[in-house]
Amino acid sequence: MNKLANKTYTYYFLLPAGIVYFVFFLLPTIMSLFFSMTWWTLTDWKFIGFENFVTFLTEPSLNIGFKNTLIYAVVTSGLKVIIGLLLGVFLSSKLKTVGFIRSMVFFPTLLSTIAVGIAFTMMMHPSQGIINIVLSGLGIVGPDWLGDTKIALLSVALVDVWKGIGMATVIFIAGIMSIPEDYYEALMMDGGNAWHKFKSIILPLSRPAMNTVIILSFIGGLRSFDLIWTMTKGGPGFSTDLIASIIYKQYQAGFFGLSTAGNVILFILVSALAFPLYAYLNKKEVDL
Amino acid sequence: MAKRKKIVSLLLSSALMAGVLAGCTSKEETSSGGSKSGVTEKITFLIDNQTQLDGIEAIIDEFEKKNNIKVEIETRPGGAEGDNIIKTRLATGDMTDLVWNNSGSQLQALNPEQNFVDLSKEPFMENIMEDYKDAVSANGKVFGVPGTPTNAGGWLYNKKVYEELGLTVPKTWDELMANNEKIKQAGKTAVIGTFKDTWTSQVIVLADNYNVLEENPTFAEDFTANKAKISTTPAALRSFEKLEEVFKKGYMNKEFLATGYDAGLKMLADGEGAHYPMITFALANLATTFPDKMQDIGIFGQPSDSAEKNGLTVWMPAGIFINKNSEHIDAAKKFLEFYVSQEGVTIYSSKIPPTGPFAIKGVELPDDVYPAVKDMIQYFDSGNNAPALEFLSPVKGPSLEQITTQVGSGISSAKEGAELYDKDVEKQAKQLGLEGW
Amino acid sequence: MSKAVLSNPNSTPIVNPKSRVKTGKKLWKLFVETFSVLATLGIFGIPFYFVIINAFKNSQESSLLNMDWPSSFHLIENMKEVISARDGMIIRAFFNSVMITGISIVLLIILGAAAGYVLQRKVTKATPFFNFLILAGLIIPPAVVPTIWVLQEIGLFKTMPGIVFVEVALNLPFTILLYRGFMVTIPKSLDEAALMDGCGRFRLFINIILPLLKPVSATVIVLTAVSVYNDFVNPLYFFPGAENATLQLTLYNFMSMYITKWNLLFTNVLLISIPPLILFIIFNKKIVAGMTAGSIK
Repeated sequence: MNKLANKTYTYYFLLPAGIVYFVFFLLPTIMSLFFSMTWWTLTDWKFIGFENFVTFLTEPSLNIGFKNTLIYAVVTSGLKVIIGLLLGVFLSSKLKTVGFIRSMVFFPTLLSTIAVGIAFTMMMHPSQGIINIVLSGLGIVGPDWLGDTKIALLSVALVDVWKGIGMATVIFIAGIMSIPEDYYEALMMDGGNAWHKFKSIILPLSRPAMNTVIILSFIGGLRSFDLIWTMTKGGPGFSTDLIASIIYKQYQAGFFGLSTAGNVILFILVSALAFPLYAYLNKKEVDL
Repeated sequence: MAKRKKIVSLLLSSALMAGVLAGCTSKEETSSGGSKSGVTEKITFLIDNQTQLDGIEAIIDEFEKKNNIKVEIETRPGGAEGDNIIKTRLATGDMTDLVWNNSGSQLQALNPEQNFVDLSKEPFMENIMEDYKDAVSANGKVFGVPGTPTNAGGWLYNKKVYEELGLTVPKTWDELMANNEKIKQAGKTAVIGTFKDTWTSQVIVLADNYNVLEENPTFAEDFTANKAKISTTPAALRSFEKLEEVFKKGYMNKEFLATGYDAGLKMLADGEGAHYPMITFALANLATTFPDKMQDIGIFGQPSDSAEKNGLTVWMPAGIFINKNSEHIDAAKKFLEFYVSQEGVTIYSSKIPPTGPFAIKGVELPDDVYPAVKDMIQYFDSGNNAPALEFLSPVKGPSLEQITTQVGSGISSAKEGAELYDKDVEKQAKQLGLEGW
Repeated sequence: MSKAVLSNPNSTPIVNPKSRVKTGKKLWKLFVETFSVLATLGIFGIPFYFVIINAFKNSQESSLLNMDWPSSFHLIENMKEVISARDGMIIRAFFNSVMITGISIVLLIILGAAAGYVLQRKVTKATPFFNFLILAGLIIPPAVVPTIWVLQEIGLFKTMPGIVFVEVALNLPFTILLYRGFMVTIPKSLDEAALMDGCGRFRLFINIILPLLKPVSATVIVLTAVSVYNDFVNPLYFFPGAENATLQLTLYNFMSMYITKWNLLFTNVLLISIPPLILFIIFNKKIVAGMTAGSIK
């Protein structure tokens, strides 16, 4: 069979995807490794070794950027896993309104980030925004969501969760639905309750789904900046800067070599966190 | 080889031009009689979407009527994102024939000698004011014509509020602060802060340049040559301190971090706020939204610490530049010539009432200009004005607006902000490859 | 309440208590359903309401950016203005966006399915390398200017095929992951049977496997459509030019550094959200189906 398999499943099938991927993604990426070591004005370049990396790493706001990037990635992926799992369990039940709720939860995924960012920026206005108006109706004085440097990052992270939770939920629902019915039946035979059902069947068996959500949203969180860019532009000051937004600002300023170096550093950082995480999660999965 | 091709095409096109000029009558014929077969030349024009197009479009309409040339506008996003699009398109050889871009440091960042056509020998350039030419020059070559009237950065104020509270236009910074105190006591916003649009946070610092230059006349050159730093030049540091002081005294509206530019204009027009440190292009925006309030708005230059020195910091208007690789350079020049002619200016002003004097010699402003423009003109007539730093030096750090937001909201002190900005500037100067950095 | 659901079905039912439990359960269920619907409406509905209500207003009312009921309705006028803005840019943009999204999806399905199929079926020494490439594609942010350079060299810069290929390349890793995952649910014995029947390897893929991948293809369609359609950065760089506008760029018509026309902006948001909404209505039920089984990995 092995021989047959080798013939049947030929790598020719990979060729079209491989060519497109190489020409339009890998090749430019490899070129950018080179340009990260140049002083580059698009029309003109000069090889300067690692100077860009030094400049980037001594960027005054970089410390904030590193910290914020990690916080943002952990908070968004953490919340997406927890809320997504709970919603996933809830929405795989047989309630009548499940279809409606699922559509509502998924719909933000379809919207453009710019539109979502603009709407929430308005809703988070300290006095005229609907969120604080509702809170004051409950007797709570709402914070300045995007103006207070201590919470601005978390405010944007919450919007990110709002927009991305549909995707996480759908992945969880898929994971939970693929658990064969007989597992539940067996548990019922043994007199287990809903909590048991959750703990000993759903949680372990939706592991692959959870890993997908963790990996996708963690990588997404590390790389993300479009929402931050629409809502705070990294401000007030530099307080919500992410590594990706620092890179983008340098790119905008026309520091092409420097921003390319920043891209390489971000790539290294994400790889250094994501590959081990991926390997760890995969290993755990096999163990089960 | 390529060079020869260029020369040939240049010769050809100038021969063509000569032919057109020699036979004006025959040109008439081609445009009216043989319009179907006669080829209309088309030039493209890239403008950012922040610019009010009404005046430009009116000029184009008239130009198209008079010439067998069609001008097509293409818009791009504004701000830093737009600058990047320009850079990318220039670098990849995919630029329109005409380019609308800021003058000063933002022009220098585009490497004008390499990308734009030298206009210094064109007859129509004789009418352009020298100050403006300086802001669109590199190595003695001049590259652009002014696209809008000249702007100024200073303190827009509501004259009605001033009347009600019996205030007079301040001659010194201390007088301004005393005015602010009275306005605050009266329960109004003394200084409108709109830091949600971060660029607005820079105005107090940038509009202080007249005062900086009064103290240190060579600051711009020294700054460019890396001989003077902001944080160690007292007059320059003072600009940051003024911003800090406005915050510390609590003169700004409570929610200045969540308030945007639109809202700021509304506050000023309604008299809810008395002062708005701003650049005068805001007058055009005010005029569209609050036409009936224009009589209440005035402007004064940011005061210095001495009553003797009173001047206005000027913002040179954006320019129109011709792409060096354009295949329609002559048609493009023709358009620029028309644009800066008295006729062009008149058409422009009929659509957008001028928000300042034109940087073109011999062009008169109508008598019914806005009061704020009259305020401005006094500074121009007396000669008490100086360009903002970014029009005198190619050095401008990209993070200034974040840094001024920090200083203006108390996250960092004036001194810290100035130091941070010095570092930011150093990075930019190195990236530009300037000498001495 | 859950005890009742999971109680041992073999035990003899005692009629009365159980029916009481049942009504209690019904009430509880009703409460849960009502509460969850209200909460969803609050959390997910209000932002939509905000956008919609402001699209109805005139420019002065919308500039207040509140949630008050409009004093008069201007949706039709706003729509007219949005559609006619800049010589009907939105119509050209609609054509461009739909073409780019449509062609990208077709290519992604073909290339992604073929790659996912082989990568799941064939495990060799090269597999970790392919895994690395896929994960790298998810991780690495695209390099803008070198990509432009590549596009220019092959003459695709500023062209529809150019932007389509870039979108395909950027979305391939995730698509391959989905297909590879779903392949687990298709038994290998099926392939063997088909081969026995004299099916060639290409016919095996096209006639047997591809149709079986339909559920996951629905997922791919929705997810990549959303990502390509909502992308505004890449078209900005790789597909510039006045005729080449995409729908996301039309948002910029009303939003500027100085003055934003909120009512028109929100009307624009509303209009460009219609195509994804339609797509979603068509594929709503199938999104989950495509992800079920082994697909999540």
